[in-house]
Amino acid sequence: MSDYILEMNHITKAFSGVKALDDVNLKVKRGEIHALCGENGAGKSTLMNVLSGVYPFGTYDGDIVYNNEVCKFHSIKESEAKGIVIIHQELALSPFLSVAENVFLGNEQTDIKGVINWTLTRKKAHEMLEKVGLGDENVNAPVNTLGVGKQQLIEIAKAMAKKVELLILDEPTAALNDEESKKLLEIMLELKKQGITCIIISHKLNEIGYVSDAITIIRDGHTIETLEKGKDEFSEDRVIKGMVGRELTNRYPVREDITLGDTIFEVKNWNVYHPDDGDRQIIKDVNLHVKAGEVVGLAGLMGAGRTELAMSIFGRSYGQKISGTILINGKEVTIKSVKDAINNKLAYVSEDRKNYGLVLIDDIKRNMTMAALRNFFSKKGVVNSNEEIVAAEEYRKKINVKTNSINQTVGSLSGGNQQKVVLAKWMLTQPDILILDEPTRGIDVGAKYEIYCIINELAKAGKAVIVISSEMPEIIGTCDRVYIINEGEIAGELKKEEISQERIMQRIMAHNRKGEN
Amino acid sequence: MEKKKTVNLDMKQYGMVLALIAVFIIFAILTGGKNLSPANINNLIMQNGYIVILAVGMLLCVLTGNIDLGVGSIVALCGAAVGIMMVDYKMNMALAILVALAIGIASGMFAGFFIAKLKIPPFVVTLATMLMGRGLTYTLLKAQTKGPLPTDYTYIGAGFLPTVKVAFGSKEIDLVCIIVALVASLLIVLSEIKNIRTKKKYGFAVNPAWQIVLKEAVILLIVWFFFYKLASYNGIPFVLIIMGLLVGIYHFVTSRTVAGRQIYALGGNAKAAQLSGINTESVFFWVYTNMGMLSAIAGIVLSARNASATPKAGDGFELDAIASCYIGGAAAAGGVGTIIGAVVGAFIMGILNNGMSLYGWSTDIQKIVKGAVLLGAVTVDILSKRKKG
Repeated sequence: MSDYILEMNHITKAFSGVKALDDVNLKVKRGEIHALCGENGAGKSTLMNVLSGVYPFGTYDGDIVYNNEVCKFHSIKESEAKGIVIIHQELALSPFLSVAENVFLGNEQTDIKGVINWTLTRKKAHEMLEKVGLGDENVNAPVNTLGVGKQQLIEIAKAMAKKVELLILDEPTAALNDEESKKLLEIMLELKKQGITCIIISHKLNEIGYVSDAITIIRDGHTIETLEKGKDEFSEDRVIKGMVGRELTNRYPVREDITLGDTIFEVKNWNVYHPDDGDRQIIKDVNLHVKAGEVVGLAGLMGAGRTELAMSIFGRSYGQKISGTILINGKEVTIKSVKDAINNKLAYVSEDRKNYGLVLIDDIKRNMTMAALRNFFSKKGVVNSNEEIVAAEEYRKKINVKTNSINQTVGSLSGGNQQKVVLAKWMLTQPDILILDEPTRGIDVGAKYEIYCIINELAKAGKAVIVISSEMPEIIGTCDRVYIINEGEIAGELKKEEISQERIMQRIMAHNRKGEN
Repeated sequence: MEKKKTVNLDMKQYGMVLALIAVFIIFAILTGGKNLSPANINNLIMQNGYIVILAVGMLLCVLTGNIDLGVGSIVALCGAAVGIMMVDYKMNMALAILVALAIGIASGMFAGFFIAKLKIPPFVVTLATMLMGRGLTYTLLKAQTKGPLPTDYTYIGAGFLPTVKVAFGSKEIDLVCIIVALVASLLIVLSEIKNIRTKKKYGFAVNPAWQIVLKEAVILLIVWFFFYKLASYNGIPFVLIIMGLLVGIYHFVTSRTVAGRQIYALGGNAKAAQLSGINTESVFFWVYTNMGMLSAIAGIVLSARNASATPKAGDGFELDAIASCYIGGAAAAGGVGTIIGAVVGAFIMGILNNGMSLYGWSTDIQKIVKGAVLLGAVTVDILSKRKKG
């Protein structure tokens, strides 16, 4: 019999009568990396919250056996004392405090009660950083001066400082680019060698396949199966089948009869400088064009300047000293504000729907009509709320937002449904040109497919669509043409038949080399 | 929602109104019905007029997730300006009022400029306008009360509409009040009917008939109660007209216009609002400018009621106005709240003040109770939301 560090048996957890988890079982062997897969809302995070004591003992049924001992955690503090540390999707670092202070946040190194020993703090912080491959970092630097990838590693260092035995990572690579993700996965393998057990929740199946020893699949609050490396089939398609309960024969819907029209959107000699630093050029001489009915991808690494490019085009929402021209249907237009952009039939769906796309406390209807209110749902400044309801109801059905009512608060929807609301919001402005920034970030496979269908529909209707994505398969699966952006410049362009992951990376590497010479 | 024809009334919306009625009834019992007297009902309106006016403006600030601490000082400053102009310089009344309004608007623009353009936190900016406004008032008035103001002017704060008294049973009542009440009832019923018709036209769910009837009955009962009491006294106070107009206008603006929707969107998520084509700078600017204008109106009403301008006028009004918004269900974080809620909140505070005075409690005790009510109302509101989520 194998040695299980953790057994969660028959866990059932209900929220006001609705079962989020129903008789879930999870067994994790000591020293392995165990992945937890499932669509959004399947219950993965709920299960981890039960484990870490966020939902205290007594609010769920079933038992948790950890290190052969039945545990009844009443708070995160109790589970942490036993060596279970959870790192949430959202970073829990205090941005203005130093790296060292963050590593020992809530776990301060003290001499006499309550007095911090700074020398010890810095020394030990440095040790922890070395373990996660950040030995070169200055432990006194404020943590917000580091990139997101490094901040994620600091979260792990913080967990290490707590003498972790079982580390839970909830979507650790969601905000990281491929390179940073790779590094994080290597660190995980390194931790495994040091005897730390890991549970990882992720939507990125290629990463899971690479790093994990076993995969438990959860669907609709039930455990479906546990796959073990070496014993079971471990392919992505196999996992997806378990997650959605059916074979997804095609993860990308087929584009039918692509007919490209005239070039309707063109950007020429676009230059943008950093909003806080007028000497730092973020976008350099970018030229691009999109035809009616075309889906054009912007590929590149995180921080390459794709979002900055899109936002600076969209009503100068980013940067300063912006120069260059925008042509719509061959005519030069001046777009100085988001309002101008909307009036010129431009739409931008942000990569960060929670912070930039939605008013989470408001309902679906009002979120959907937010951008189109002035032009389509009001007369002389007075809102026609009936037309508004009709339109919201129409789009709810059209793009399949799963909800009982358009009066539901957006904050209570799942990520995929929230993304659909943001898409509806911009479709309602009746744009000709849509820029979709990471349109499927953090949403499940089923919802992704639906979003790809919407993209195809838009293209079919003769819209020009620009898709920014860090997931290369997505670019390959959806785009007719792709621009590769690197360090604020166009590093290359690939036609549909040329697009491949390798070629995109080649262009980036070649561009990097050019920069060094 | 497969073609459900009826939907129940959202009782949470009316909870505050029920609380208001409850508080009123409790004090009616405690004071042996003293607070029901026509004179007292009249007082209630005249004493709380300026708080209602301020609460209406403050709600917009609260919706953006901020507050305006400067309103009390601006109330005093505008009152002082009128006092000096009319008493010292014998200026024309209309002109004096216009100048006072201009001062209020200018002070609002001043705050709005710092908040919207320079992105200075509203708390800091309005703390500064509060100090500066108060200091300026003391300087202008040389720390003395200016008065008396002419009766033409005091009419604004203490006057009544012309009355037509007719015999009604053993006493006389004012026909104008009754006519206004009739017109108001008619409008309320008609608007409800129109509302139901459009809902049916678009195929939306409507409330069950008995609920609509009950709701309308309660509203009409309140309207008739007030107007009957006023009719038995001196008729309709002029302040009520100002209040009614402002509440009506701002209710319409916040609930039915694009401008109103933009304020809610900004309060809910400023970044998302900005990326949806809402000029957040201009929304901030106009919200604070508007607050300045309403402060001026409140200052005019207050000085007219007192027939004089004092440097201490309006002291602490900003806090009453903010409390009214919160009691009325507005969220401190912004994006949530209604004009009607703020007005109801203001009246809850007013009825508490008034009832406790009649019952013989000192103002010191009153403050304790008001503080407790504020804390209690907001706590209940937040806890009830938490349970749902």
